[in-house]
Amino acid sequence: MVWWRDQKFRAIVFQVLAAGAFLSLILWLTGNTAANLAKRGLTVGFDFLGRAARFPISESVLSYSPTDHFWWAYTVGLGNTLFITMIVALTATVLGLMLAILRREDNPLAQGAGTTYVEFFRNTPLVVQLLFWYALVTVGLPSIDAPLNPLPGVYLTERGLYLPALSLNGLDMPVRAKFNFEGGLNLSPEFVAMYLGLSLYAAAFIGEIIRGGLEAVAKGQTEAALALGLAPKQALNLVLIPQALRIIIPPMTSQYINILKNSTLALVVGYPDISFVTATTINQTGQALEGIFILMLVFFTISIATSVAMNLYNSRVALKVR
Amino acid sequence: MTGFVQTQSIDARTAPLDARRSLFRVLFGDVLSTVSTLAILFAVIALAPKLVSWGLLNGIWAGEGTQCTGAGACWAFLRAKYPFILFGIYPPGQYWRPVALIVIFIGLTLYSLPPKNWKTSTLWAWVIGTVVALALMAGGVPGLEAVPTDSWGGLPVTLILTVLSLGLGFPLAIALALGRQSELKAVKYICVAVIEGIRGLPLLSLLFIVSILLPLMLPDGLKIDKLLRALVAMTVFSAAYLAEVLRGGLQGLHNGQGEAADALSLSWWSKTRLIILPQAISNVIPPLTNTVVVMVKNTSLVLIVGLYDLLSAGRAALADPAWPAPFAETYGFIALIYFIICFSITRYTHWIERQNLFGVNR
Repeated sequence: MVWWRDQKFRAIVFQVLAAGAFLSLILWLTGNTAANLAKRGLTVGFDFLGRAARFPISESVLSYSPTDHFWWAYTVGLGNTLFITMIVALTATVLGLMLAILRREDNPLAQGAGTTYVEFFRNTPLVVQLLFWYALVTVGLPSIDAPLNPLPGVYLTERGLYLPALSLNGLDMPVRAKFNFEGGLNLSPEFVAMYLGLSLYAAAFIGEIIRGGLEAVAKGQTEAALALGLAPKQALNLVLIPQALRIIIPPMTSQYINILKNSTLALVVGYPDISFVTATTINQTGQALEGIFILMLVFFTISIATSVAMNLYNSRVALKVR
Repeated sequence: MTGFVQTQSIDARTAPLDARRSLFRVLFGDVLSTVSTLAILFAVIALAPKLVSWGLLNGIWAGEGTQCTGAGACWAFLRAKYPFILFGIYPPGQYWRPVALIVIFIGLTLYSLPPKNWKTSTLWAWVIGTVVALALMAGGVPGLEAVPTDSWGGLPVTLILTVLSLGLGFPLAIALALGRQSELKAVKYICVAVIEGIRGLPLLSLLFIVSILLPLMLPDGLKIDKLLRALVAMTVFSAAYLAEVLRGGLQGLHNGQGEAADALSLSWWSKTRLIILPQAISNVIPPLTNTVVVMVKNTSLVLIVGLYDLLSAGRAALADPAWPAPFAETYGFIALIYFIICFSITRYTHWIERQNLFGVNR
């Protein structure tokens, strides 16, 4: 055989070419970046993280003040991102389960309601839904002087929701003070829009995943369980659900990661999550490269950690094949 | 041996009982059914009269901003603003050009729906149609006033971003998917890194990266406008997602297909083009159309980088101080447009799934 028709030789040449092209593309881009940065007199480095941030963060799970450093501002933003992701994931899972039950019922009214919900929320963009919920709170709700008061202690106003909070000495009710409500639990319009919008959107997808998983288990499985004399509840818990979980878990993982990714849309309504902190930092310091690098690092870490954890769990419930 | 022969006919049996349940049993058969029926009925009874009086009875259908007092829906706003929401800040005298683009794209889509039209000529029709539509939008030839992309807006931008990001992303996705399946380790790992790197990031940060970093990463003096930058981000994004769908198709293919092609001593290129890809792609058409829905919805994110798509145009219209910001009507209108597009594609996907396209049941 002629040496240049040899399979092994060709494989090596191809790989060297591909790697070379990829590397030179990266080198070209970084070279351009370095040249552009030098021309504009910008320096690259993470020194700015130790400087005071000097911008406000309207609400956060972790405590923050504008005199804190940039690295703490990032941490606070990340805290908000993780917080909203977790409570949305929890709420959406419960709602999704309810939707799946609704759509599996023999009742055409329930099926219709479930289908309408799923089709509507899945076929419109999340950003539109978020903006709608945000406008509903800030424009649609009355001013703080004439709040909607559907239940005792619950006030809905354009400045957010005021709810009774559980505290050590019983219920802590919001009380009208001179300019605002005091005490109780105050949810900002930004938070309400994010929480509602993300949960309702994700519930539609999660509901379909659960329903699909339950339907994918062969009917014979449940029938056989009933024929063996298991009670309907036992058949559900011992036969149907364990098998359905196996199908449900992989898509559920990507759905939870999607919630995390979608939470970056907080930028649209102004909830201070990590993308908001990144955008503000880039605006204030001009350190675009570093800001984006941190954002990417955070997302890669979380995505990879989540999928590793879910894969571990998945390997425990997965079908043991001989 | 005695035989037995039936001499008498057997009586006719009564028909089985009607298996259908009564409406009452369907709606109130068990606790769960009863609860959901009551909850749904309650919601409808509570909400429907309010919606009717807000939208129909008290709705303001025509007039100025001052007439919208808040008692009912301000449909007059949509009536006054719909050209702006649909076409953005495109010069009003030239509206026929974005309309032509919309008509061309819708026409091409409708023509491409039936599987019998999936031919090379359809592909060329798309290429030519897209070029003509973009040329119409841009103008600049004698007789057509030039309109810079900064002035494009509304539905055309949404459609352009969808069509171009998917159209340009698809060949890229095929390359990435094939690369990921490759036996050449270097090629494989580069493709894995690219696909997973893009899929690990939210589209929003990808848009950020491209809109902030791309000007820095290219040689000085090379300027690319906002629309093109957003398009780069969307194309890369759709390529990574389409590549994962295509990988499913490639993995689902029986090994024998490639081995048979090798046995017939087809070259790698002929094997891939004639044997592997046609089967791999046709096996994943439903998930591919799902990716189309995802991309249509994702175009709404470009408002982050300051592009005037359908949603940003609607938001800008709401900022007009002469009107009392009727957000529900406006976002409802925009959501309806997206819904019509996405729901139709979803229905089409279901229809395609039911067709036994290639007459083989695997």
